[in-house]
Amino acid sequence: MTEFLQQLINGLSIGSVYALMAVGYSLVYSIMNFSNFAHGGVIMFGAYFGYFMLTVYDLPFPVAFIGSAILTALLAVAIERAAYSPLRERKAPFLYFIISAMGASIFLENIIIATIGPTFRTYPQIFPKEPFRIGSLAIGRLDLMIFAISAICLLLLIYIIDYTKIGKAIQATAYNTKASALMGVNTAVIIIIVFALGGFLAGIAGVMFGMKYTVYPQIGAITIKSFIAAVFGGLGSLPGAVIGSILLAVIETLTSGYLSSQYRDLIAFALLIGVLIVRPMGLMGKTTEDKA
Amino acid sequence: MNTYIEGILILAGINLMAVLGLSLLTGFTGLFSFGHAGFMAIGGYASAMLTVKFHWPLIPALLAGGLAAALISAVIGKVTLNLKGDYFCIATLGFGEAIRLILDNVQYFGGARGWPGIPNYTNIWNVIAINLLAIVILANLIRSRHGRNMIAIREEELASQIIGINVFKHKMVSLMLSASYAGIAGGLMAHYMTFLQPKMFSLVKSTELIIIVIFGGLGSISGSVLGALVLTALPEVLRSFSRWRLVCYGLAVIIIMISRPEGLLGGYELTPSSIKKLYNRIITKKRTRSQGLGGGDTL
Repeated sequence: MTEFLQQLINGLSIGSVYALMAVGYSLVYSIMNFSNFAHGGVIMFGAYFGYFMLTVYDLPFPVAFIGSAILTALLAVAIERAAYSPLRERKAPFLYFIISAMGASIFLENIIIATIGPTFRTYPQIFPKEPFRIGSLAIGRLDLMIFAISAICLLLLIYIIDYTKIGKAIQATAYNTKASALMGVNTAVIIIIVFALGGFLAGIAGVMFGMKYTVYPQIGAITIKSFIAAVFGGLGSLPGAVIGSILLAVIETLTSGYLSSQYRDLIAFALLIGVLIVRPMGLMGKTTEDKA
Repeated sequence: MNTYIEGILILAGINLMAVLGLSLLTGFTGLFSFGHAGFMAIGGYASAMLTVKFHWPLIPALLAGGLAAALISAVIGKVTLNLKGDYFCIATLGFGEAIRLILDNVQYFGGARGWPGIPNYTNIWNVIAINLLAIVILANLIRSRHGRNMIAIREEELASQIIGINVFKHKMVSLMLSASYAGIAGGLMAHYMTFLQPKMFSLVKSTELIIIVIFGGLGSISGSVLGALVLTALPEVLRSFSRWRLVCYGLAVIIIMISRPEGLLGGYELTPSSIKKLYNRIITKKRTRSQGLGGGDTL
């Protein structure tokens, strides 16, 4: 039982990082209707920003944390302006958006390899290794912090989406871009805000991922998990993305705990196929009727 | 022939085979796949198994490899092709990675350490012959009713459904044919390298294939041929530049999408008659702008 709880806690901690990534991806998907494959690159940049702020510039942790999230928010907006907005103005077909996103992802990953190098880097120790003990359970301080910060960020996001005017505008744009533009919503600004929000969360996810594991240029590949989680929860749905991420991570940690860590990624993919067969709209998704 | 140049040509031919398949899927049917390296892996491992363990000759083994890839693609297509949105794209992305992970654990094929000792059957002549055959089949398919239906789906899915085209069926045919091309390419690669390792079929390989299709031009077979030849040879020429190669590719993909989304030869074919037409036009000094290009965003 103790082992099971231990695995569960581990899963929750990783799942909350997946959720931060999946939410950013889902936000963009709900408005623009295409998979932003550059999201992984933004997460990777977040991990590197945090790493360099902590080691080279020796900034205190909260400053580095928020700083790298702001920088990735700017990066995400820059990608939108450079790679997507010209396509949007031309009303290009969605295939071009995916290709452009893929180009941006290749560019981001390889500019790091070309300039900084492909080596693995480890974050300095920020939280003491000594875990909290509750009975026979040991909870790592880092895990606890990751879970707490992710929860705060997600709650903040829910607040923004549900209770502010900007959030209402985002929801309206996601529901029907043209109609909300006619109602006076400045959709260009909304899209920039959405990319900034997604980028901000991606930066936080990147730093936390780097702290839990290591930093390397291919770290963005982890977003494949958040894509799966987003499909699992329902493409374009924010609560679905969160629930899907946490379920996926818990299932993954339980597999690697009880079966073998080699099967972890396979289980994730089997889950994807299973969801697509049984319930393609995901757990919380709207029915996938034609939106065009 | 110089063996070095021959080697590059064989590699270009193998890439071209996979690119032709992807060109049908992405360029002509408008579906985006991140998993073609996975189909190559299935074809490669299946055909190598047949030649090594069952002593089949090359051609039946290649066909069987292509068939295996097509059957697996049918499963993915059945699940995702009738869904709206990016489900297909994400499923292929996950599939490509999953195939690699499965092969990493199959000790029968040497697992992650790789599988040496595959006979060297691939040479420049059978690569050229297979590619020519593949191009002829593809060109005829595109010009047939089925090919026109696929292009119609690419242009306007809803409209083509309304005029009675079976969208799901044509997407499926396109996907299966595309996967079988990739499978044959994988088989050729296995019998050229004489060594297989799951790492050879990573996501990087899939994106490389997509980049070639985009450079060559979406919806152009001759563009794909040109793209495969140029982009396979280019890294050999620019060896010292290799670190920045993918940086430039990524940037170039974005720039192509923004400025000239049809790529090098998008929607335009280099055939003897079209070259003759172009030549005549230059001679008579009429407008040299080709008529075949159409508007920028016809995809």
